[in-house]
Amino acid sequence: MSNAQKSIDEVQKEIIEEFSFLGDDKESIIYYIMELGQKLPQMDESQKNEHNIVKGCQSKVWLSTKMEDEQLYFIADSNTEITKGLISLLIRVLSGQRVSDIIDAQLYFIEKIGMHGIIGSQRSNGFAAMIKQMKLYAIAYKSKMNSEA
Amino acid sequence: MSTPAVDYNLDVARIRKEFPILNQEINGKPLVYLDNAATTQKPQIVIDALVEYYQKYNANIHRGIHTLAEKATAAYEASREAARGFINAESVEQVIFTKGTTESVNLVASSYGDKFINEGDEVLVSGMEHHSNIVPWQMMCERKKATLKVIPVDENGVLDLEDFSKMLCEKTKLVSIVFASNTLGTINPVKEIIAKAHDVGAVVMVDGAQAAPHLHLDVKDLDVDFLGFSAHKMYGPSGVGVLYGKRELLEEMPPYMGGGEMIKDVSFSKTTFNDLPFKFEAGTPNIADVVAFKQAIEFINIIGKDKIQQHELELLNYGQDKIGKIEGVRLIGTAAQKVSVISFVVEGVHHFDLGMMLDAKGVAVRTGHHCTQPLMDQYKIEGTVRASFAVYNTIQEIDTLADGLERIVKMMK
Repeated sequence: MSNAQKSIDEVQKEIIEEFSFLGDDKESIIYYIMELGQKLPQMDESQKNEHNIVKGCQSKVWLSTKMEDEQLYFIADSNTEITKGLISLLIRVLSGQRVSDIIDAQLYFIEKIGMHGIIGSQRSNGFAAMIKQMKLYAIAYKSKMNSEA
Repeated sequence: MSTPAVDYNLDVARIRKEFPILNQEINGKPLVYLDNAATTQKPQIVIDALVEYYQKYNANIHRGIHTLAEKATAAYEASREAARGFINAESVEQVIFTKGTTESVNLVASSYGDKFINEGDEVLVSGMEHHSNIVPWQMMCERKKATLKVIPVDENGVLDLEDFSKMLCEKTKLVSIVFASNTLGTINPVKEIIAKAHDVGAVVMVDGAQAAPHLHLDVKDLDVDFLGFSAHKMYGPSGVGVLYGKRELLEEMPPYMGGGEMIKDVSFSKTTFNDLPFKFEAGTPNIADVVAFKQAIEFINIIGKDKIQQHELELLNYGQDKIGKIEGVRLIGTAAQKVSVISFVVEGVHHFDLGMMLDAKGVAVRTGHHCTQPLMDQYKIEGTVRASFAVYNTIQEIDTLADGLERIVKMMK
């Protein structure tokens, strides 16, 4: 699942290309998103706790992190299949990247693949909450790293 | 603004032609609109009335002496008369225009509640209430140190009237109850509930939001003290509702809001309030939408509630049977007496996913807790998928829903 060898920019371009093959059929796009979700690595049940809940999502979303070799990894899950698929996109882009890259990341793929039109405003808000939480984790790790340095 | 003299005789194809919005594709599929309990679509006569008002006689009402103001006032008051007739109220003074059912409930909770509910008193609501018929009472009870009690609902979604009878006592000052549940579709025996509440001297408010498009509303027959309903759920514009109240109660109640329109005389030392219904209509009201509301009432009257009910019952029975048979589906709300609402959950599939996948097939349903979280807690579910029907829906549309659902469920397994 590591994208460490690929930059955030490269992964975003990959996703944009994949979605361009799907065409305009919303049903196909949703099924594709759900398929992506099914490939998401399992999150340990014990991690699905109140502490890891992402606030602002209508469906339940849990997010946890681990640092390895100065790279931040995200582990996440949701109780809905579509949300799981959406999370998997974010994880693909941001997980395994350096914290400063995560903080600076401009996630233009969201607009390019027409995410808002696919998932609607409610889920878009949840998606934004998820990104915010991922970036907050990165900021927290960065400040911790700075204070330890 | 003339109403076409049409006898639809429940010719659904003809009725559908009156609703331009229905004739479109969503995500490349014909729109199947089954979210009518949230809001209904608007017939052309309602849309025309809105346009005509703004094009020809937009003016502020009641105090103008010019022709446009006279015309706007007459149209506004004609809607009040239409609303009076719709609920068989004695007089137009008892018909107060609000923003919707929520404001109607809040008005009573604030005005009546603050004056007549006291410390130690009890207010009863049921376990199937919409948040808008829970929260205003909760807030009022907190202010007045009164107690809010809940009439239990059984697993079919039916009120326990025996428990209700036992809960009634001399402390019970007000009962606020939904006529038809937005989540379950259950039609409550409000006439019986009102009579029992009156026996202990309690007043009764009925939330008629879901009943208004489907059931006969006769305030005299029900002997109800307060009734609230919304225009947008009965083919009318959004932002308009009605509060009906018994005259003697409305007369005793203090104004809900202060401002223009609701006063007789104002000086810095004292203000005297206007008569009913204006006492409760502070500020410039939603004139255009109130004016167009009359056409929605006439639309229902032309078809006739009996025919509407008959058609919707057919849709309900067909839909419950068909959807109930799909593997993994559990119907939520299986009362014998229901309006055309089908709520369900599918084992192992989240309602949000179902809603989005149905939308991709052009089918609009509602998903979530439907503003009835206490009810969801009782069923131990987070939410449901809700399909709700109006007079323009068809058996073919229910087939589209059921076929789509079946495919989604198979795919998800």
